[in-house]
Amino acid sequence: MSRDTTPPRAGTGTPAIEVRGLTKRYVQRGGVVKQAVDGLDLTVERGEIFAVLGPNGAGKTTTVEILEGFRKRDGGEIQVLGEDPALAGRAWRSRIGVVLQDSRDQAELTVRELVHHFATFYPAPRDPEEVIAAVGLLEKASTRARQLSGGQRRRLDVALGIMGDPELLFLDEPTTGFDPQARRSFWDLVLALREGGTTILLTTHYLDEAAHLADRAAVVRDGKVVALGAPADLGGPGALRPVVRWVSDGVARAERTDHPTALVTSLAATLAGPDGEVPGLRVLQPSLEDVYLELIGAAPVAPSGSPSGSAPSAAAPPGAPHDAPTSAVLSAPVAEEASR
Amino acid sequence: MSTQTSPTRALPAGRPLPGVLGTGLRRTWIEMLAFLRERDAVVFILAYPLIMMAIFATVFGQEEQGSAAGSVPYAQYFLPGMVATGVMLTSFQNLAISIAVERDDGTLKRLRATPLPATSYFLGKIGQVLLVTTVQTAALLLLATTAFDVPMPTTAAAWTTFAWVFVLGTATGSVLGVAFSSVPRSGKSVSAVVAPIVLVLQFISGVFFAFFALPSWMQQIASVFPLKWLAQGMRSVFLPPEAAALETGGSWQHGATAAVLVAWLVVGLVVGVRTFRWRRRDDG
Repeated sequence: MSRDTTPPRAGTGTPAIEVRGLTKRYVQRGGVVKQAVDGLDLTVERGEIFAVLGPNGAGKTTTVEILEGFRKRDGGEIQVLGEDPALAGRAWRSRIGVVLQDSRDQAELTVRELVHHFATFYPAPRDPEEVIAAVGLLEKASTRARQLSGGQRRRLDVALGIMGDPELLFLDEPTTGFDPQARRSFWDLVLALREGGTTILLTTHYLDEAAHLADRAAVVRDGKVVALGAPADLGGPGALRPVVRWVSDGVARAERTDHPTALVTSLAATLAGPDGEVPGLRVLQPSLEDVYLELIGAAPVAPSGSPSGSAPSAAAPPGAPHDAPTSAVLSAPVAEEASR
Repeated sequence: MSTQTSPTRALPAGRPLPGVLGTGLRRTWIEMLAFLRERDAVVFILAYPLIMMAIFATVFGQEEQGSAAGSVPYAQYFLPGMVATGVMLTSFQNLAISIAVERDDGTLKRLRATPLPATSYFLGKIGQVLLVTTVQTAALLLLATTAFDVPMPTTAAAWTTFAWVFVLGTATGSVLGVAFSSVPRSGKSVSAVVAPIVLVLQFISGVFFAFFALPSWMQQIASVFPLKWLAQGMRSVFLPPEAAALETGGSWQHGATAAVLVAWLVVGLVVGVRTFRWRRRDDG
């Protein structure tokens, strides 16, 4: 995708998105109040890909839809491209692009018809044929949206979202349900957009997606940001402290420590069997997913700084493969999206 | 991917946003494309009155529709009812269903995320309704004159009446369609909700049966709704002046027709403006 006029839009003064103390409540059936967003702070700099991670019901979509101007907030300060989305008009809309989660609309129109039509909404649209090529749908340009595969349909969504050559693009869970190959090529598309200077706010369930795409990520839980930073640094420096796991009296134990050697030495002195081995001993570095699961409270790696052996590990039964916490991500009982 | 330094990109603020009217016309074009590709819509909205006209006029072609006050050939009495039905289907049923489906499948939300003005969206809908009703009515008249020898009105006064009843009926039906699109709980149930209402109105409003032959309580119920007046207005165009004697009031009641249609237009506008949503009910 080539654009002649692409000075990176980074560093042009104000951040692309600035959120301070955002709150949003929903009153559910029966009068139960759900605090969907609870004092959330966020800053997205121009030119970066920023990922918002979190389980269903954490407040991701609510937050993003407030930033897109779809929902009203209860409190807090928001600036998106220097304007309040709740008050912003058409000119502001022409500067943002939105790719929603759900896409099964306008199924009877072809890729080319839709892309050309959406171009007419904007003051300075991209060239429609160039965009079709950029998202890799040239061969499907005359195909109706109904007949596209899931991955192709998402590419069409992106094409429609970037028609106005937005400064800021919202991508809401763009690769859910993709096969690995489709995800890879979708990621390349997103990275190419960033190269072109577009700021991207991405929400996702997938850590590998955030790790691959995002310059920075925020983990949202219960309507608050609980961790912020480059994906590799999430959870702070302590998050990647090694975990020592062992088995004592048939119970799996775990402890996080900055001094694994000392801990292992003391375990060897007290627990080693006749063969000199401590049962089930492993020294592990938490994976990004372990850190993430700990952050969202789904599966703590190990209570940090707890007395040795006092807390049974939540994750690994004796002899479980060391990547058990990672596989737990697939079955972690995360809260269902609250019905509204 | 070229990232060489070049002069500042044209700021969107420097270029005017596309005009509301031009965008409305482009919406009309895309709405027509989408409509013509929905086979259900083409059959049950565009072709339905034509099919009914062909069937009923063929089966009852030798009969007369009338009473002691006089009578007219069956096809001639049937035509205005079909014109009125076509206007109602294309305005009310078409918009109630299409907007409910667009709300359900996310079309409205996607459009709302762009700088498309709401006015242009509705202009597109109105344009599509006008195009389809015009084609539909022209085809009906052509079918009626050529296949069933229904005489066309010859006076300017009759065509003037036709024009205002047609335009007012289309406007009222469209506005009510927009308002009604918020009633069904989802896009899936919308056809099931709208179709029976439209069908019942057709039966009690003098479309399939002669209005004067209906029981008076049914006539009174029908008189509350616009279709009865739309059909009566069309009868005043396509039936000979003497046929006014067949009407329940003994006259064409143009004043009442205009009043009822305008009243529904206003109700539809007020309700539509207050209830219109770009998102599904379960979507915040």
